[in-house]
Amino acid sequence: MKALRNYLDKIKPNFEEGGKLAMFRSVFEGFETFLFVPNATSKSGVHIHDSVDSKRTMTIVIFALLPALLFGMYNTGYQHNLAIGTDPGFWMTFIYGFLAVLPKIIVSYVVGLGIEFAVAQVKKEEIQEGFLVSGILIPMIVPIDTPLWMIAVATAFAVVFAKEVFGGTGYNVFNVALVTRAFLFFAYPAAMSGDQVFVRTTDTFGLGAGTVVDGFSGATPLGQIAIASKDMIGSFQSVDVLGNPLTTWDMFLGLIPGSIGETSVLAILIGAVILLFTGVASWKTMFSVFVGGAVSVLIFNMVGTTVSMSVSPVDHLFLGGFAFGAVFMATDPVTSARTETGKYIYGFLVGAMAIIIRALNPGYPEGMMLAILLMNTFAPLIDYYVVEGNINRRLKRAIK
Amino acid sequence: MGLLSNKNKEVLVGPLSKNNPVIVQMLGICSALAVTSKLEPSIVMGLSVTAVVAFANVIISLIRNTIPNRIRIIVQLVVVAALVTIISEVLKAFAYDVNKQLSVFVGLIITNCILMGRLEAFALGNGPWESFLDGIGNGLGYGIILVIVGFFRELLGSGTLLGFQVIPEAVYDFGYVNNGLMILPPMALIVVAVIIWVHRSKNRELQEN
Repeated sequence: MKALRNYLDKIKPNFEEGGKLAMFRSVFEGFETFLFVPNATSKSGVHIHDSVDSKRTMTIVIFALLPALLFGMYNTGYQHNLAIGTDPGFWMTFIYGFLAVLPKIIVSYVVGLGIEFAVAQVKKEEIQEGFLVSGILIPMIVPIDTPLWMIAVATAFAVVFAKEVFGGTGYNVFNVALVTRAFLFFAYPAAMSGDQVFVRTTDTFGLGAGTVVDGFSGATPLGQIAIASKDMIGSFQSVDVLGNPLTTWDMFLGLIPGSIGETSVLAILIGAVILLFTGVASWKTMFSVFVGGAVSVLIFNMVGTTVSMSVSPVDHLFLGGFAFGAVFMATDPVTSARTETGKYIYGFLVGAMAIIIRALNPGYPEGMMLAILLMNTFAPLIDYYVVEGNINRRLKRAIK
Repeated sequence: MGLLSNKNKEVLVGPLSKNNPVIVQMLGICSALAVTSKLEPSIVMGLSVTAVVAFANVIISLIRNTIPNRIRIIVQLVVVAALVTIISEVLKAFAYDVNKQLSVFVGLIITNCILMGRLEAFALGNGPWESFLDGIGNGLGYGIILVIVGFFRELLGSGTLLGFQVIPEAVYDFGYVNNGLMILPPMALIVVAVIIWVHRSKNRELQEN
């Protein structure tokens, strides 16, 4: 640690104004503050001093995302093995998935951080750390077969138009990772939905080549629910890629086709525990998303005119991106409601809206992305009325 | 006063950039979003609006001293509606396909804010020749933006320009896919926003604080 500090101090003058590498000043500063807590302090006003700055917070979120990411890598390999009918063992399965997912992570980080660094340099500001989390979320919420150049285009679009034009980290109205996904979803629908993109059937860097087994179908459970005909109400059974029926336990464990990081409720739950234990995310938002979803499913169960309306609450909450969105997306401190009462309202409406979109629009098998983006728009309004309500209540108390 | 004195030049050229009706005054946004998914309808729409604004300006300017102030809006509407009907009939006769693509938006030129804006703000207080130049200038200012937006939306959204494929087949074989979002209206809004962004960063005096 000491040696690293000394080395950083030694090369620091190069990056100062007028130094040889002044054009990389923002990059250097970014890494220095990432490695060490900066010793610059505020010069005015009263501030609470805490070593948990936003870089540390972001790092915790990344740790919380790791279980879902690693599971997603394994699941990528696992689904691939099912598709071509081989079983090369745990490690080869994981390595296959690792190699398949890694390029997506690299592309997302290189494009996103590249833009952030460039903007910071031009505006002569410090690098903002918001993209640390967005950069890992993006590869986790896309299907495995989405081409890299599409991810690059979408990431660039989202970072520029959802974040930098609003003023950078902390000022964005919409969740950057979800804007990336929404862009992909509407711009390149063939690469983002359907039954061709969620399971990789070709080889990755020469690994795992083979022929696809008979009876293979890459449709996700939610995709199956969306296209199931009305006579299947009651008898509908979601299946895995080989046509074997899925139990609720399978859905919880997550060895099912889907976007890379979203399938395993178990891995997401571990992440949720980390986020809640460290106090990074609000349990109020998370909890009320699930309540909203469950209530909305129960209401639709009473109507029950399509398969999607008649699926049980547990299945709905376990399938697709619901759990992932509830834990990692809806709790985004920047774009969600900030008042304590507002968090309940915001979360409840996110959950309810996600199920409404799933049940009423067969064109969108998954509604979590649109639900969160929609509620991002309303979060400031919710906050505004919660604050107004507080003011009025106290005013009444004072006047009495 | 010559036909193209400095003041008249300003009247004609101003709306093309510094005083552009779409990207500076924010008028006519609705049709700019609606008709620009292809280049051809954008061009036709730009020309139609130019013709309507120019002639409406001239007519209103000629009769400006005889219009009673209290009913001037209705008079303007009658003039504009008559011109729009003529344009619509001409399009139906000579460019039926484009007319179908533009659908109701030809008729809706009547409600284009640029028209009423120019009639109210300029034609009622200036002579016919200046009003004509003002109409041409504003119409073209509107048309330019439509053409730029239409160009990018058709190029990126369909890979074509005026219906001819410009992105070679080899690029598609390599894995390129047209951007479906470009054809949807939200992207028109974002393209207009980008034009405004570029325009404002070149004309710093237009930036509001």
